Amino acid sequence: MNESIGSPLQIAGILIGVILTAAWLIWVERRMIGIWQDRLGPNRVGPLGLGQVIADMIKIFFKDDWIPPFADKAVFVIAPVIIMVTMLTAFVVVPFAPGIGIIDFNFGLLYFLALSSLAVYSAVLAGYASNNKYALLGALRAAAQTVSYEVFMGLSLMGVVMLSGSFNLREIVEAQRDGWFCISQFFGLLVFLIAAVAESHRSPLDLPEAEQELIAGFHTEYSGMKFGMFFVGEYLGVTLSSAMIVTLFFGGWLGPVLPPLVWFCLKTTIGILFFVLLRAALPRPRYDQLMMFGWKVMLPIALVNLVATGGVALWLES
Amino acid sequence: MGHQIVASEPVHDVPAVVQKLQGRFGAEAFVIQNTCDNIPTLWIDKDRLHSVLRYLKHYIDRPFGVLYDLTGIDERVRVNRDGQPESAFTVVYHLLSYQRGQDIRLKVALPETNPALPSVTDVWPAANWYEREAWDMFGIEFDGHPNLRRIILPPTWEGHPLRKDHPARATEMEPFSLTQKKEDAEQEALRFVPEEWGMKRHGEESDFMFLNLGPNHPSAHGVFRIALQLDGEEIVDAVPDIGYHHRGAEKMGERQSWHTYIPYTDRVDYLGGSLNNLPYVLAVEKMAGIEVPERAEVIRVMISELYRIANHLLFYGTFAQDVGQLSPIFYMFADRERVFSIIESITGARMHSSFFRIGGVAMDLPEGWAKPIREFIDYFPPRLDHYDKMVMRNGVLQRRTQGVGSYTTEEAIEWGVTGPGLRATGFEWDYRKKRPYSGYDRFEFEIPIGSNGDCYDRCAMRVEELRQSLRIIEQCLDNMPEGPYKAYHPLTTPPPRERTMHDIETLIQHFLNVSWGPVIPAGEASVCVEATKGLNSYYLISDGGTISYRTRIRTPSFAHLQMIPLMCRGLMIADLIAILASIDFVMADVDR
Repeated sequence: MNESIGSPLQIAGILIGVILTAAWLIWVERRMIGIWQDRLGPNRVGPLGLGQVIADMIKIFFKDDWIPPFADKAVFVIAPVIIMVTMLTAFVVVPFAPGIGIIDFNFGLLYFLALSSLAVYSAVLAGYASNNKYALLGALRAAAQTVSYEVFMGLSLMGVVMLSGSFNLREIVEAQRDGWFCISQFFGLLVFLIAAVAESHRSPLDLPEAEQELIAGFHTEYSGMKFGMFFVGEYLGVTLSSAMIVTLFFGGWLGPVLPPLVWFCLKTTIGILFFVLLRAALPRPRYDQLMMFGWKVMLPIALVNLVATGGVALWLES
Repeated sequence: MGHQIVASEPVHDVPAVVQKLQGRFGAEAFVIQNTCDNIPTLWIDKDRLHSVLRYLKHYIDRPFGVLYDLTGIDERVRVNRDGQPESAFTVVYHLLSYQRGQDIRLKVALPETNPALPSVTDVWPAANWYEREAWDMFGIEFDGHPNLRRIILPPTWEGHPLRKDHPARATEMEPFSLTQKKEDAEQEALRFVPEEWGMKRHGEESDFMFLNLGPNHPSAHGVFRIALQLDGEEIVDAVPDIGYHHRGAEKMGERQSWHTYIPYTDRVDYLGGSLNNLPYVLAVEKMAGIEVPERAEVIRVMISELYRIANHLLFYGTFAQDVGQLSPIFYMFADRERVFSIIESITGARMHSSFFRIGGVAMDLPEGWAKPIREFIDYFPPRLDHYDKMVMRNGVLQRRTQGVGSYTTEEAIEWGVTGPGLRATGFEWDYRKKRPYSGYDRFEFEIPIGSNGDCYDRCAMRVEELRQSLRIIEQCLDNMPEGPYKAYHPLTTPPPRERTMHDIETLIQHFLNVSWGPVIPAGEASVCVEATKGLNSYYLISDGGTISYRTRIRTPSFAHLQMIPLMCRGLMIADLIAILASIDFVMADVDR
């Protein structure tokens, strides 16, 4: 059933909530990594340093928003907008809780996949428009990485679709009442997780940015609010990925005692923290190693998982 | 007890290698010079240079495989040159034989006008940078050099700074002003022109991209630039460009008194702190004939090894960070901080303590000095095990660094690689073990060796050295001898003052030694130590004055950086970053 379920008030609430979460993640990430690295992290502005987000935002708003004279101006400006728009519109299908969400869309999963692929245009165009060699290398990496990992990302989710018999995210959540898919679709989860990290360019798979190699990769030339959009866009990506992992593999809003929305937010937070921890823990593979790993390890796992799930599903039906 | 004055003895018996050379080329081919360091020093004619070097490198038994150093001397105002052939500019070739455990120094005399001699890049490819440096600093021409251009100074520089007639400070020159024209010229001089390096812009199937990596780049470890010729992300060739961190350390050596130059040495390898003082003070002591008391030697060893730990910890952390692991550096910085607080408790300073003095160390160990060290010795090994798990046994890191940037022992010797980079190839050579100085022969420790000579092994060497350094420190702690911390010798700095208030002679002597600094007898000495990054030596020439006539600093990083193109061809940018991290260099150590 394709229908709108959110009132305008709810839509506004979700939009603000999501953006605030992404902004708040700046603080979460810095604090958590600080703790894991035996440091303090930002703890001066406001209680627990929470005001750091506001300070950062003020700074980023008032920074000189410089467009390099050698850049392709129009594309340079559009690029960071793309990631914000795609990430935010992807949230339209996220099933926060029964009755909470923006639309209930029968092909929600495909919609999510489509939008997360569109996001790569942001990196590619930014790198291309910057007219900077480091940015170009970053853009090339982003294109290759995203195109490859998209394949496994899509394939890894087909097992979930088979088991639930639907592309509708709400129905997928409901289908997990008897058991979360993280158990039956363990390999699907594994592949999706890695692909999600690669798609959102998060460390350790942040090759398009790769500070130690490419300075800042595709957004080397960006400053001010345009850089801020990439920054927040990345956190939106993390939030979206966590929300999708929770929806697809960890039973979404399902859970005892607490209200469904609380369960959903709680699980998503754990997912986000996992992303942050990953960044603190692992070194970055080389570009060709990442591609090799994708095609030689991830693809076979995803395919075998698909075939096995299909076989089991057919066997159970007969 | 080291309070008696020991005069530096001139060499009387001719060493075997010199006899061999004389047998081969005739006795008249060489003029033997006596030096304080007992390194056979021979003057040869520039026409014989090639054949002698070839013979020493290839044909003599147990050959001299390493072109350890190549530098110049401006002899024009030198007074004490007894027995040395007439020369305005001298080129010095310092060779090292691992098999013999012996050095040899060859000198070629050149006239004042058009000093030129044949290049030896065809014998040692590693001579390339050294000859460029000698050209840059002294204006000595090397005929047949493939690309004789300035290396340390900018191409727009006028004059050759290590010549005695080149001003040493800005006040001796015209006031500097940067006109628009000048600025444009300087900017233009920075442009990388591939053709100047024999590089093509177009390949057979594709155009190459030239990427300017540095001098400001997160992983360049200082102001270091590499111009990369790229085919996609694959490195076709690379041209390292150094000199951005040059501060004229060698020139400054010709202005500072023997004593006041010590703090400058700290800043050469600025991560090695007082370990840098060691080759300098040892060389001065050799010329002055000072014997250092045992306690001072052990304190020096202890401080040196603490600095080695501090350096290696920083290396370890940045190594992990450069392959994309963000956390280890923070743990290692915290541990490095502990080492620094120990050093601070003894010397009063953290990174650049300048603690060593001519004849000993600055002051005695403070009360309770052992406690923080003992605590660190208990604390550190479990941390190292933890780091092993986190970094060295991490699969991604292993895949990023194993088999990357490897070279063989032969290549390492050919290119003058020393220190952990040499040992990683499986060749056991550590100066502290093979030719002990400062009493290292009294300590028990192992020399770790690797097998593959790749980035991973180079890191593993340093990790093991951390453990071995800790072992040495523990032995210092358990066996710290009693006695004076500085030699009782008139040339030590600051001079002994026990009797200054009792007789006028000592008072005057003290006064002169403090205000002018000690007068070191005329002579030459070069002393080498196993520094944090490889072999570091100071080649000092005294003309019998209160300042050095020539201060040559041979640093390991200079030789190591020259090898970068060899190590990274055919690899990717990410590999280059891992290679840079594994070399462990600081630009101050390269540019001086």
